[in-house]
Amino acid sequence: MNSRSIADICRDNERLIIGASAFAAFLVMWEGFSRGWWATLLAPLLGESARALAIKPIFISSPTGVAQQSWTMFAITGEIWPHIAQSGGQLVVGLGAAIVVGVPLGLAAGRYRTFSYILDPFLSALNATPQVAFLPLFVMWIGTGFWMRVLIIFLLAVIPITMNALAAVRTVDPRLLKVASSFGATELHTFRTIIAPSALPFILSGMRLAVGRSMIGIVVAELYGSATGIGIMINMAGASFDTDKVFVGVLVIVIAGLLMTEGLRAIERRFDGWRPAIGDNM
Amino acid sequence: MTPKLVAKDVCLEYRQPRTGDRLLALDRISLSVNEGEFVSIVGPSGCGKTTFLSVVDGLLPATSGEIIVDGLRVNKPGPDRAVVFQDASLLPWRTVLRNVCYGLECIGVRAAEARERAMKFVQMVGLDGFENSYPYELSGGMQQRVNLARALVMDPKILLMDEPFAALDAQTREYMQEELLRIWEQANKTVLFITHQIDEAIFLSDRVIVFSARPGRVREHVTVDIERPRSLKLKRDPRFHALEDRIWSLIHDDALVQARS
Ligand SMILES: Nc1ncnc2c1ncn2[C@@H]1O[C@H](COP(=O)(O)OP(=O)(O)OP(=O)(O)O)[C@@H](O)[C@H]1O
Ligand SMILES: [Mg+2]
Repeated sequence: MNSRSIADICRDNERLIIGASAFAAFLVMWEGFSRGWWATLLAPLLGESARALAIKPIFISSPTGVAQQSWTMFAITGEIWPHIAQSGGQLVVGLGAAIVVGVPLGLAAGRYRTFSYILDPFLSALNATPQVAFLPLFVMWIGTGFWMRVLIIFLLAVIPITMNALAAVRTVDPRLLKVASSFGATELHTFRTIIAPSALPFILSGMRLAVGRSMIGIVVAELYGSATGIGIMINMAGASFDTDKVFVGVLVIVIAGLLMTEGLRAIERRFDGWRPAIGDNM
Repeated sequence: MTPKLVAKDVCLEYRQPRTGDRLLALDRISLSVNEGEFVSIVGPSGCGKTTFLSVVDGLLPATSGEIIVDGLRVNKPGPDRAVVFQDASLLPWRTVLRNVCYGLECIGVRAAEARERAMKFVQMVGLDGFENSYPYELSGGMQQRVNLARALVMDPKILLMDEPFAALDAQTREYMQEELLRIWEQANKTVLFITHQIDEAIFLSDRVIVFSARPGRVREHVTVDIERPRSLKLKRDPRFHALEDRIWSLIHDDALVQARS
């Protein structure tokens, strides 16, 4: 007999229930500000000053407004798709290149001291400057096209990926490296069997940082001579006080970021099955 | 008889990378081990036993002097030698069976065959039923037995064992000692065995080499002239006690000298 009580079900899905409730409360608060609910509700208490609680939708939009606008842009006019395609393409190329270049570079620098002496000054210098400061230079070099935007995304993303991969190798247990060389493992085999598995969680967390930074890259880079793209769409909507549209753009970025971060988590879980779960009952 | 393994004036100096300080861990170690001989090394903690074993394996280059195996100078690890490390040093992301397969994989044995061979040794160290467990699911003693199986499965000519039974309970330890002697006798292996237990050293060995406190030097060779096969009853034999006393006082004197200086 299945005798799970409601209390049990609540406990098992605690994370989901609390998270969803908090988010729902946030949406209601937001809607309330833009519709003046709170102003009306608290007027007897606060008097005149309650009016500050009604905020014009032009400034903050509202959940229903955003939902309606999304429906229009996705399903009716379909105008958002070219923006998503444009920005998505830049993101995939820029972030993909950052991973392909950053991971091997970082691993090599972590493993070979001499190579890290070469890479370190460049990496530290790049990390210490706001990378968007390079934008005007890139525009000068390669104009304002697709590749300029890919380049800025690449630059933003490659730094945390490389730095994390480098640090990851330094955390590998030296005793395991000793086991590998005692058994005569080749360098490649050592990378595959010792370095990669212990470095993986650090590399993935570097990628998670990189996802967030490439989103910055999209929004900033599209300010330069771009006609389509989520970043420029947000910007133009903002300039014409089309707040609903701004929020739709922001929402697209948030969702894309969440999807990618969750994807990386899934990869981590897939390869980290051996790790005892924290808080697991022993 | 030709010596299987020779150490000639091996010195090893560790350098602290940050301070540049030097620490002499091994001071002109010279010894030789015959083919098929079982030799133990005992000595105070920190006297350089693990360091010496790493030099013999080829993991650490000697600062001066040389290690010769079968007439050839050792400069890197080879399949003729396998180490049972002092810390179990298992790959945490691999199951017991796949840990035992590790060395076979490194020398290119096909996966199916490696698993089959590894399984025999997993059973030998008494871990059947745990072959698919991860190291964190095992006790310290069980992890140590995986470490042992990982070296034995390589079927090396020379076994280099660094306190392999230190983490085991008395019963398992005695069982493993007998298993080790059985493998050693059957497969004609040469064993270099490090231990802190004087009785273990005597029970297992043809010869016990006593190291002095740091820097490690060979202080004395004590031959164990007791016939084989040996049974556990031997541990109550007067000859056994005499050897035990002798080795104990060698180490003890040295510890006293060290403490006074
Ligand atoms: N990687 C290292 N770098 C610097 N010094 C080291 C290193 N490894 C060991 N030493 C030093 O060398 C000396 C010998 O160490 P070793 O590990 O060989 O001792 P041991 O005889 O195996 O001791 P124990 O019986 O406690 O295992 C010690 O004094 C130690 O401080
Ligand atoms: Mg040691």
